[in-house]
Amino acid sequence: MATRGVSSVIAATPEPSPGSAPAQRAAIAWRLATVVDVVTETPRARTLLLDVPGWPGHRAGQHVDVRLTADDGYQAERSYSIASAPEDPRVALTVLRLDDGEVSPYLNDVLRSGDRLELRGPIGGYFVWNVALGGPLLLVAGGSGVVPLMAMLRHRAAMQARHAVPARLLYSARRREDVFYREELARLAEADETLEVTFTLTDEVPPGWTGFGRRIDRMMLAEVAWPPAERPHVFVCGPTPMVEAVAATLVELGHDPARVKTERFGPTGGS
Amino acid sequence: MTEPFISRGFRGRRQPGPTAARLPPGQYETPDFPVLSAGPTPRTPLANWDFMLRGADGPVARWTWDEFAVLPHESVTADIHCVTKWSKLDTMWEGVSVDALLAAAAARGVKPAPYVLAMSDGGYTTNLPLADVTGGKAWVAVKFGGAPLAPEHGGPARLLVPHLYFWKSAKWVRQLRFMEHDEAGFWESFGYHNYGDPWREQRYSGDP
Repeated sequence: MATRGVSSVIAATPEPSPGSAPAQRAAIAWRLATVVDVVTETPRARTLLLDVPGWPGHRAGQHVDVRLTADDGYQAERSYSIASAPEDPRVALTVLRLDDGEVSPYLNDVLRSGDRLELRGPIGGYFVWNVALGGPLLLVAGGSGVVPLMAMLRHRAAMQARHAVPARLLYSARRREDVFYREELARLAEADETLEVTFTLTDEVPPGWTGFGRRIDRMMLAEVAWPPAERPHVFVCGPTPMVEAVAATLVELGHDPARVKTERFGPTGGS
Repeated sequence: MTEPFISRGFRGRRQPGPTAARLPPGQYETPDFPVLSAGPTPRTPLANWDFMLRGADGPVARWTWDEFAVLPHESVTADIHCVTKWSKLDTMWEGVSVDALLAAAAARGVKPAPYVLAMSDGGYTTNLPLADVTGGKAWVAVKFGGAPLAPEHGGPARLLVPHLYFWKSAKWVRQLRFMEHDEAGFWESFGYHNYGDPWREQRYSGDP
């Protein structure tokens, strides 16, 4: 699924740093994207592959705002992480269907190839990584929190940065069928001796399962994570309790809190 | 776009009128209290906690946790709006107004200045105009829903500025620094709006 070959430009205006005078920048414009393909990832999630005219490029880890408009003008907005590498000409969003949601059921059940979708982005300048920032890279995902981390791994693969940046992904999901990008992750790890992908399933472990079978805990992190002395860049993304526990444990294990970047999902009562 | 775009087949889930009127554009109501922060949750023991107001020209007023506890506390009920689109209505807080802190700090020579930078444990910062933290608009909150504020929600104390997007309500706040000139805080330097009025949907830098 990771397409490569098209060079992408990171066109974002240079970020000011905290403490500098506030910068005035151009607004992030709403754009009308077209759905060019839809990929079923799991029984409850699918990836929308979008052609976005005028897309300014993004960095792995950023997100977009999606806006839906009903025929009477009612609108709903939500944010979704970008799953695709900056090198991919299409913008990919993987959307988990929340049964009580307002927007995610539409994106999963109604939207189809050829439809248009209004969005703006890229958004977010902190939970981002690119090859130039170096490694090693430690990615810890819970559930659909894997999406922005997948963009980082796809970027790393597209840049052929395996030797420059060893990477480890620890990915917690409920059941095996809930794992996003399962085949692609297996393929990436198989082709790359400096990428280690470790799964843990929290709700149900199938026969013959070789990964972990519990929630991420201190022992698992001590085993899977780079030692703090390696000073990894750490990105943790998932549901709030998981992120709270993982980030606190990494700090206890000796990781520098300033190198542990987090993004927490919900509970948001439906998105 | 010359004509308004309609999302094919989208009906949406409208809120009842009274709720809808309290939701800024692009927001939806949640009964939960989501947590959003950029890094690990800092945990400062109360014995080591203090709170400071720093004037632009240097004077500092400082309170320990016990000293802070005897300042006049107020109860505040407010709707809060997170830039990530959720809003939570009628949240109940308890804390010390920035007005009361300034009044107490005046005796120690701390004078306000046109801008303020809230500074937190863990290195988080956010910037606000003075006018948005005075006149009964902002508090340093220590209780939520009648209970001590939980660490993941910013405890032991967070800034509460409910009329702006909630990233301005800095968690784990330890200091308000008054400044003659505006300085971008943390999210304000990572592409988020410098002011952040939810009713004008000022989410990102460049939004009107």
